[in-house]
Amino acid sequence: MRAIGIILAGGNNTRMGDLSAKRAIAAMPIVGSYRAIDFTLSNMTNSHIQKVAVFTQYNSRSLNEHLNSSKWWDFGRKQGGLYLFTPTITSTNSFWYKGTADALYQNINFLKNAHEPYVVIASGDGVYKLDYNKVLEEHIATGADITVVCKDIQANDDDINRFGVVKIGPDKRILDFEEKPLVAETNTASIGVYVVRRRQLIELLEACAAEGRTDFVSDILVRYKNVKKIYAYKLESYWRNISTIESYYKTNMDFLHKDIRDYFFREHPDIFSKVEDLPPAKYNETAVVNNSLVASGSIINGTVENSILFKKVYIGNNCVIKNSIILNDVHIGDNSYIENCIVESRDTLRANTIHKGENGEIKVVVEKNFRYAL
Amino acid sequence: MIKKEMIAMLLAGGQGSRLGVLTSKLAKPAVAFGGKYKIIDFPLSNCINSGIDTVGVLTQYRPLRLNQHIGIGMPWDLDRNIGGVTVLPPYEKSTNSQWYTGTANAIYQNIEYIDYYNPDYVLILSGDHIYKMDYEMMLDYHKTSKADITIATYQVPIEEASRFGVVITDETGRILEFEEKPEHPRSDKASMGIYIFNWKLLKEALTLMKDQPSCDFGKHIIPYCHENGKKICAYDYKGYWKDVGTLGSYWEANMELIDIIPEFNLYEEFWRIYTKSDVLPPQYIAEGSSVTKSIVGEGTEIYGDIDCSVIGSGVVIGKGAKVKNSIIMNGAVIGDGTVIDKAIIAEGVVIGNNAELGVGEEAPNELAPHIYSYGLVTIGENSVIPDGVKIGKNVAIFGETTIDEYPDGLLKSGASIIKVGE
Repeated sequence: MRAIGIILAGGNNTRMGDLSAKRAIAAMPIVGSYRAIDFTLSNMTNSHIQKVAVFTQYNSRSLNEHLNSSKWWDFGRKQGGLYLFTPTITSTNSFWYKGTADALYQNINFLKNAHEPYVVIASGDGVYKLDYNKVLEEHIATGADITVVCKDIQANDDDINRFGVVKIGPDKRILDFEEKPLVAETNTASIGVYVVRRRQLIELLEACAAEGRTDFVSDILVRYKNVKKIYAYKLESYWRNISTIESYYKTNMDFLHKDIRDYFFREHPDIFSKVEDLPPAKYNETAVVNNSLVASGSIINGTVENSILFKKVYIGNNCVIKNSIILNDVHIGDNSYIENCIVESRDTLRANTIHKGENGEIKVVVEKNFRYAL
Repeated sequence: MIKKEMIAMLLAGGQGSRLGVLTSKLAKPAVAFGGKYKIIDFPLSNCINSGIDTVGVLTQYRPLRLNQHIGIGMPWDLDRNIGGVTVLPPYEKSTNSQWYTGTANAIYQNIEYIDYYNPDYVLILSGDHIYKMDYEMMLDYHKTSKADITIATYQVPIEEASRFGVVITDETGRILEFEEKPEHPRSDKASMGIYIFNWKLLKEALTLMKDQPSCDFGKHIIPYCHENGKKICAYDYKGYWKDVGTLGSYWEANMELIDIIPEFNLYEEFWRIYTKSDVLPPQYIAEGSSVTKSIVGEGTEIYGDIDCSVIGSGVVIGKGAKVKNSIIMNGAVIGDGTVIDKAIIAEGVVIGNNAELGVGEEAPNELAPHIYSYGLVTIGENSVIPDGVKIGKNVAIFGETTIDEYPDGLLKSGASIIKVGE
């Protein structure tokens, strides 16, 4: 095996609002049956990377639960496996991860003890399919020190200014790299996926740590852009980042389009997730469902339009759910009306509840009621 | 040292010929049930939920699909270091090489497997019933009643008891007499074909009876033990139990799942049923379609109208199609505008556009009226039905059919097209 994998799943983002209150973004449920990190984990396993470390820090319970067994992504093996690295107190260090580079540096022994020559670093909040071997091959062919996977962002898909924006020269070398610029010079963003030689990475991380620097992007990519050969790999296929409420909502709704569903779910390779053995979804006599995705374990009595129901959602009689995302295990009581909303998982909405996102805004609904006292 | 208190032996070698074309190419325990499940998922899930982590699955008839489904037992948490699930096909021996000739003979041929785990008790199960049962409670009963053999029994209406093997017990639950399909039953306790044996006794009996042709539990082993004064007790099981041995009962048991609160509730958190899930994504219900009184599996795409049906995973239902009172198994494709009423459509079947299934008056099936009745259209796995044909009731189809095989585009009620090589 040529590479080990690292997934940076520690992050939180205030632009996720209440949705990230109880989980890391990588653990965000997405498209009915998945969690955000499933896409990156599946890419890793489909690229035949057998040893993967997930770095997590912020509210990792939900992510830990999802990764309680590595067998769903085929990492339960003698050779390699899935490792979860959270900050620990050592004799010399009792700090949290102070940044992405610091997270890697605090676990540098994992890198040192590996024998694979390359490292694929990816973030846990991208929705895409990518064979990392293709990036690795280009990385070797160009003789790069670091290869950064980049994607052109269309203005109506997402806001370029929330990404790391790169300027690419004619030989694909990255000329300029600016993190979250006020005014972006180009529309090409780094998607947070890097390929780097393992020894090179160790060297950079040690140099970085010696100077007290902690961030992979600003302290390594931006700082070394003229010293090291940093090249871009252009991703042409579908890619979305979900770490704002708008992009999370939009990405989910993309899957109401047949071509997107077919690309992810009916074409090789597959996206894997933890199997939960829920019964088939059930449509009772009064159910009316149009242009919607429904995950298993759901029971529907009301009307559902242009919406996504995650696992184990219950929709009561005479309910109307429109243009909304209802996360896992939500119970919606009779006669409720939900439009342009994201309803947080495990919520219980009492009968006759009305929630509506106005003026094109998506409303995040968090209602903690005791379910069995309805 | 390896020691398991009780291990299970699951008899999954039978064809289940009364399911007609559904079992042309797979054993009955591998037949789909309830959208995403297979019949064998119920006893396997019962085992792990009851704390039994060692299960031998005896296969013989068409085992490929069962082998693929069971794998290393991951879906049921039966992938274990010691124990877990083991598929046990018949094998060649130095002096004789016989198939499994009967239920007890199959166990006899696997004495070594059982001995390896050194169990005190052996649970014998069959792979053709839908139920949730805690075998541990049955074992507790077996132990407290100090029985040598315990047989699970189910109370059936007395007028139906003549279809079953019934047992007559004393007030303590000890079985005094057995009656196999009695004309005038004296008891309503039917044997469910689920037994707990003390392994020592069973091994002795199997060895003594090894030359009995087609050695069977109900016909040979249990009567033998009974005659020798062994204590045989009946364990009264009170939950849901459904035989799905015929197309009619199979269809009915599936249809019961769509009731508002079905008697057999798959939605309870407790006692979950596990299965191998190849398809994970959510199902898509398109604009202008309608789905009512139905259950639908993962990854299915519905563009037509579904009513009172059980739909599996990865199914595609075309635009304008109307499906009613039917069972459609994993991976089937139903063409645009096709109308289906009261059909059982097996895995991977492809039905063309604008076909009509279940039309006209009922007529008895010409080939096997005892199998294909109840007015059902039954289509075996991976069959192909061309565009625009009309198909009557009590019909069976298996294989890739073309328009030439439908006189005037119609397969009338009672007719069949069955293309089975072997």
